[in-house]
Amino acid sequence: MSNIPSELKYATSHEWIRNEGDGTVTIGITEHAQGLLGDMVFVELPEVGDKVSTGDDIAVAESVKAASDIYAPVSGEVVGINEDLEDSPELVNSDSFGDGWMFKIKLDDAGELENLLDAEGYKNSIDED
Amino acid sequence: MTSKTVLHAKHLESNAKMVNFYGWEMPINYGSQIEEHHAVRKNAGMFDVSHMTIVDVQGADAKSFLRRLVINDVAKLTVPGKALYTGMLNHDGGVIDDLIIYFFTDTNYRLVVNSATREKDLAWLAEQSKGLDLTISERPEYGMIAVQGPEAKAKVATLLTEAQQASVEGMKPFFGVQVGDLFIATTGYTGEDGYEIILPEDAAADFWQKLLETGVAPCGLGARDTLRLEAGMNLYGLDMDESVSPLAANMAWTIAWEPEDRNFIGREALTGQKAAGDQPKLVGLVLEEKGVLRSGLKVITSEGEGIITSGTFSPTLGHSVAMARVPRSVKIGDTVEVEMRKKRVKVQVTKASFVRNGKKVF
Repeated sequence: MSNIPSELKYATSHEWIRNEGDGTVTIGITEHAQGLLGDMVFVELPEVGDKVSTGDDIAVAESVKAASDIYAPVSGEVVGINEDLEDSPELVNSDSFGDGWMFKIKLDDAGELENLLDAEGYKNSIDED
Repeated sequence: MTSKTVLHAKHLESNAKMVNFYGWEMPINYGSQIEEHHAVRKNAGMFDVSHMTIVDVQGADAKSFLRRLVINDVAKLTVPGKALYTGMLNHDGGVIDDLIIYFFTDTNYRLVVNSATREKDLAWLAEQSKGLDLTISERPEYGMIAVQGPEAKAKVATLLTEAQQASVEGMKPFFGVQVGDLFIATTGYTGEDGYEIILPEDAAADFWQKLLETGVAPCGLGARDTLRLEAGMNLYGLDMDESVSPLAANMAWTIAWEPEDRNFIGREALTGQKAAGDQPKLVGLVLEEKGVLRSGLKVITSEGEGIITSGTFSPTLGHSVAMARVPRSVKIGDTVEVEMRKKRVKVQVTKASFVRNGKKVF
């Protein structure tokens, strides 16, 4: 069974969201998701400054197996991207909750975090898959 | 209900991720298929291919039967142990399967066919051999391990007796020899040096374990696919099937047109296709920018449309490569386009072979 850290929030589309406490969140894909996709070969990220809305497909994780859209789990502005993934997409596999993070969003509305799943909710959602 | 090979428990011991492959529970990877791929290109890796179907064809009519059954001519095989890659066709010239045939004597041959096509292959063999003086015996009591990579032969040698080593020493490509319990063949599906070894089921787990201990990396179906694609080797069901002529699947080299009076199944259809010159062809595509070419994507050329039959990220090259079926008038070196994910990308047309013995070949 894969690791699901309890301090993070989750979306059913397998993104994790860490509240940085300063109005921004860091987003990546879960260990479970990287396991489904297999070895990552390219990650296409949004650009800093992009305005995104919840549910937009704003990044692509391309693995040996498939290309998978990554969705914005909250609305706001992209304020950071993980440039290390350009040369080392395998970080998404080896450290999905750490060095494999993808982008940071400055929240339009901190209340949106309430709509996301907690660790138990995410666990239940993947058990149903 | 899925079947398990005799090495199933060994895969689980090595933390394999198992998948259902046409009814067989097989390892897709043991953690990272890219690392497994590199192990085969740089050192040595092994694959459980015990799911493949081994069929022995023996009897007075074996030779004449096989000369009719497949598009290459087994009469070319005169040295015991020599192997032949070829295809068997239906009457319309479509590929029922591709296979390897080993020759022992004119009355004794061994076929290795795909597991995904096992049932229809066996049915076809039975139908075509009706009334002939021969026996067709499936050999499910054998396991099969492919050991591949530049260090593969040296590592296998450490497990052989002196007599066994002497028998395989210097064996040319595409030969097989029975040495004690082991049938060792210089064949493979990776574009690297190595062996495919057929052995009794009760010896397979022990042999696998010893290979592990000599540092041979267990490799799953994921790496097997990227390796064979880099090597430009067809995968049945993707690159060809019963609706595809061997002329449209890079298999023309496996057709023996001479002698003209050898009436193999599908000959009439192929002769017509060859005269018409209208069959598409299978080429390689190379994408150097980001993205991965995948099976089923449309290829747009000035000569008409084509389709990607199989595509992947090439771990050796660091970019995507694919095999595609395109109009015959498309030329090697042309730039064509592929429609992928909301955009069109430019790709280069190459021969359908990208990596051999660890090196780029296009």
